[in-house]
Amino acid sequence: MKLRDLAVVRAEIDKCMKCGNCQSVCPIYFETKKELGVARGKLTLAQAALEGELPVTPAFAERLSLCLTCNACVANCPSGVRFDRILLAARAAAVKACGLPPVKKVIFAGLSHPIVFRAGLRSGRLLQPLIFKRHPRKRANYPRFPLGLDRRRIVPPLAVRTLREELAEVNPPSDPVLNRVPNQVSNQAGQAANLTPDRAASRPARPRMRVAFFTGCMINYIYTETGRAVVNVLNRNGIEVVLPSEQHCCGIPVFVSGDMGTARAMAASNVRIFAGAQIDAIITACATCGEAWRHHYPELLEGAEEAEQARELGKKHYDISEFLVDVIGITREPGLAGAISSMGSTGTVGSTGTVGPTTGKVTYHDPCHLNRGLGINRAPREILRAIPGVEFREMANPGRCCGGSGSFSLSYYDLSMDIAAHKVADIQKTGAETVVTGCPACRMQIEDALNRHQMPQRVLHTVELLEMAFEPLHDESRGIQEPRTSAFHRFLLR
Amino acid sequence: MLSKAVVTELVSICGRERVLTEPEDLIGYSFDATAALPRRRPEAVVLPVSTEEVVQVVKLAGRRRIPIYPRGSGTNLSGGTIPLEGGIVLVTTMMNSILEVDAENLTATVQPGVIVQTLNDAVASYGLIYPPDPGTVATATMGGTVAECSGGLRGLKYGVTKHYVMGLEVVLADGNVLRAGGKTVKNVTGYDLVKLFTGSEGTLGIITGITVKLIPAPEHRRTMMAVFDDLDRAAKTISEIISHKVIPATLEILDRVTIQAVEEHARIGLPTEAEAILLIEVDGIREVVEKEAAVVLEVCRRQGAASIRAAETDAERDELWAARRAALPALAQLKPTMVLEDATVPRSKIPEMIRGLNDIASKYRLKIGTFGHAGDGNLHPTILTDVSDEEEMARVERAVDEIFTLALQLGGTLSGEHGIGMAKAKYLEQEFGPAGVEVMARIKHALDPLGLLNPGKIFPPAQGKILSQGEAGVKEQTPAAREGLG
Ligand SMILES: Cc1cc2nc3c(=O)[nH]c(=O)nc-3n(C[C@H](O)[C@H](O)[C@H](O)COP(=O)(O)OP(=O)(O)OC[C@H]3O[C@@H](n4cnc5c(N)ncnc54)[C@H](O)[C@@H]3O)c2cc1C
Ligand code: SF4
Ligand code: SF4
Repeated sequence: MKLRDLAVVRAEIDKCMKCGNCQSVCPIYFETKKELGVARGKLTLAQAALEGELPVTPAFAERLSLCLTCNACVANCPSGVRFDRILLAARAAAVKACGLPPVKKVIFAGLSHPIVFRAGLRSGRLLQPLIFKRHPRKRANYPRFPLGLDRRRIVPPLAVRTLREELAEVNPPSDPVLNRVPNQVSNQAGQAANLTPDRAASRPARPRMRVAFFTGCMINYIYTETGRAVVNVLNRNGIEVVLPSEQHCCGIPVFVSGDMGTARAMAASNVRIFAGAQIDAIITACATCGEAWRHHYPELLEGAEEAEQARELGKKHYDISEFLVDVIGITREPGLAGAISSMGSTGTVGSTGTVGPTTGKVTYHDPCHLNRGLGINRAPREILRAIPGVEFREMANPGRCCGGSGSFSLSYYDLSMDIAAHKVADIQKTGAETVVTGCPACRMQIEDALNRHQMPQRVLHTVELLEMAFEPLHDESRGIQEPRTSAFHRFLLR
Repeated sequence: MLSKAVVTELVSICGRERVLTEPEDLIGYSFDATAALPRRRPEAVVLPVSTEEVVQVVKLAGRRRIPIYPRGSGTNLSGGTIPLEGGIVLVTTMMNSILEVDAENLTATVQPGVIVQTLNDAVASYGLIYPPDPGTVATATMGGTVAECSGGLRGLKYGVTKHYVMGLEVVLADGNVLRAGGKTVKNVTGYDLVKLFTGSEGTLGIITGITVKLIPAPEHRRTMMAVFDDLDRAAKTISEIISHKVIPATLEILDRVTIQAVEEHARIGLPTEAEAILLIEVDGIREVVEKEAAVVLEVCRRQGAASIRAAETDAERDELWAARRAALPALAQLKPTMVLEDATVPRSKIPEMIRGLNDIASKYRLKIGTFGHAGDGNLHPTILTDVSDEEEMARVERAVDEIFTLALQLGGTLSGEHGIGMAKAKYLEQEFGPAGVEVMARIKHALDPLGLLNPGKIFPPAQGKILSQGEAGVKEQTPAAREGLG
């Protein structure tokens, strides 16, 4: 396997000229100011291990866990050192030498067996009201007693019905998801008008495209509203969306921890599940899942039975924002023209009678894995700028990591929050009321950080804000409204 | 390994979090940006946050005869931070507060761990700059740049670090705290101790506070690039520009090997058949800058530049700078090992120096790329080689010897900005003569009689031995022997 090939990593390590440039961008180094925080230090540790100067021990593994995989160092390295590859190889070496830490072992065993994983999250869901106390203001919970999670932390509740339980496997455009969402009948008078069966019937019956939606765990289990928005917006553009029911965790959390065997098995399984579907594209709305499909699966499965399929699917992958802008062609003039005309509307949607019923100041955080990982940063901004009424305000350093990075924030909660504090400050300076981002993991981290700093901003996925432009939950006096959460969500929070 | 007692004391000074003793952490301090040096792990790393903590650590080290190696960001290119004899690496990165920006007196006072760019960002809102800008502005610490007396890309017009350091706070080897200089432009009270510690490479004391001079930011600048098919013409252009009374902020040169390496690495459309490229930037008051730019362009034209470009926008400026920025990393990609020198000659000797370098390259069958701060005579001949090739490394060593001899013959110096460290220590006497080295050795001995501050740097190893043996009863201690001491 290429990634584990010592020689390849050695060549990568040798490229490093130890200039220290990575110090100027590493969010970990900004906080710790210690050499092992930055790429150069971890790289030299890996080098020392390769050269036999030090054994690979749990202490070695621990140093390598101190990385957000934000790839800021990779993007800024004058020598083009792929530190991400070195890190993975070193973590894999650590897993081989000392195994996974026990907690991760249990979690990963669960992730790799869809049934166990689902059951696990389900029981979590039922226990949730016992474990968490509700945050007074936000749709979020504080842990009531420590569960390995930091007590100060707010965690979004698990959805009572997962996205894939809630939605059908096939969602044709003539049958917009919104019609079937339980809380569809909102208390906002007049708001259902735009979704009368008449209007639905007037939409093109034959889909212009058929895409598969890979939901990923966070959208399936936590941010189901993001998933609904994806399906809804695509449907409104005449696109049929399938959610293959067998799909499961992308496996990247396992992969970045160095458990290559499990990661490869999960990749192969997902590839087999999606290879069967007759589709024009695979859509993700989670940056990490996107990277999995585009980069990691083809690499992980090199030489495997599924190699060819993985490559083909990788080529068909689009992040939702990219798909909307580059394939469907949402344009700014005249406001959302592409999207609106494709739904057969002339731009009079919603109770306000105008397109783009969202208002307010919005800023955007670039998820590392979307921005540097997939090179997507223009499309989400184009979407935001295309929504009339939205005042887009760029924050300073929008591409600086928010400090979430999956299990990193579990292992190093304080450090993670110190890193997030810079993001919070940058957000605050924009005066924005809404923070938009393209990845549920960043969203969770930013929501938590904003809460800790007692900041009022809400956090949405790009596609949710866009959905609001179609589907106004609009009240002039209050700016952008909360996205639809399921009725059960509301019940839980009451 | 340090004894438990020493570690416990260090922890009682700095706290558990800021004392590192595990091999995995120590690895991070076993190297710096200098190529082709073996890693050497310290026995402990401390990250103090205050002058008081530094004093305590220095006193402890003195009592226990443990060497101390000050370290900022570890980006120096002369092996200055390598803990040759184990001991304690004292890292200043957590002493990173900007203590004051005094816009009236045009000064700033900082702790040593402040990053140069951070200081510049902080003074920008006052319309001021701190001009010394080594290639590592975004990473190097103020303490490290003062200890190295770093130069940079604007040295020709704005000078180097020593021209901006006005006051220092230094923890001496005995733990006493010295304060020298201050905010006044004029100061002739006693010896100029500020200058003595500037460029002392951590061998005379630990810098814990720095007051620097700031200047108003230039309101305008113009960036130009000229390509030459003939090295002599490029060199002539450099001296002609200056004899026309234009002092550019930046006047950089890339030679043919460097140009080709950059093009191969970055593909930015450089003419690979050219002999030299000059990058020239003039800055200051708008009207003056425009006039100076016109003079520069005229000189380039008259010297027969093959092509000339002047940036009209910031984006175009970035394009012109891209080649210079890529020089070092591009050369680094060509071969596994890169030996970067910074021998410096008077500006008028640049053509002779470059030709001499080319002769040395062919004589020893080596690939040498040369780029650097042509305007101030500070070139970076960069030998591309492979440490694992012993035969070639022997040739490299002889070539380096000749490069320094050449630079000194032309009236130049061993190092323009990277410092002597351990890499160039053996050449010291060639430049200073026995009397010069003797004076320096006496200064070192007076300030650090036990030889505990950054041992093995600046002075050749033999000299260092004599130093430490000079003190009655105190020999260089092996780590094991040290344990026996109180
Ligand atoms: C890519 C690259 C480009 C570079 N370009 C330039 C350039 O253009 N011009 C230039 O001049 N240099 C250049 N350098 C060299 C380097 O950046 C400078 O030498 C810089 O000053 C080092 O700062 P630092 O904080 O990393 O110091 P370190 O490398 O940590 O230390 C440097 C020396 O200072 C001593 N020291 C550090 N802090 C203190 C303190 N508080 N008290 C006493 N002694 C101390 C150390 O013992 C050591 O001897 C470059 C280096 C690289 C890698
Ligand atoms: S920036 Fe790149 S080459 Fe420089 S130290 Fe970091 S990883 Fe190495
Ligand atoms: S990936 Fe991010 S956190 Fe990890 S070393 Fe690089 S810059 Fe630092």
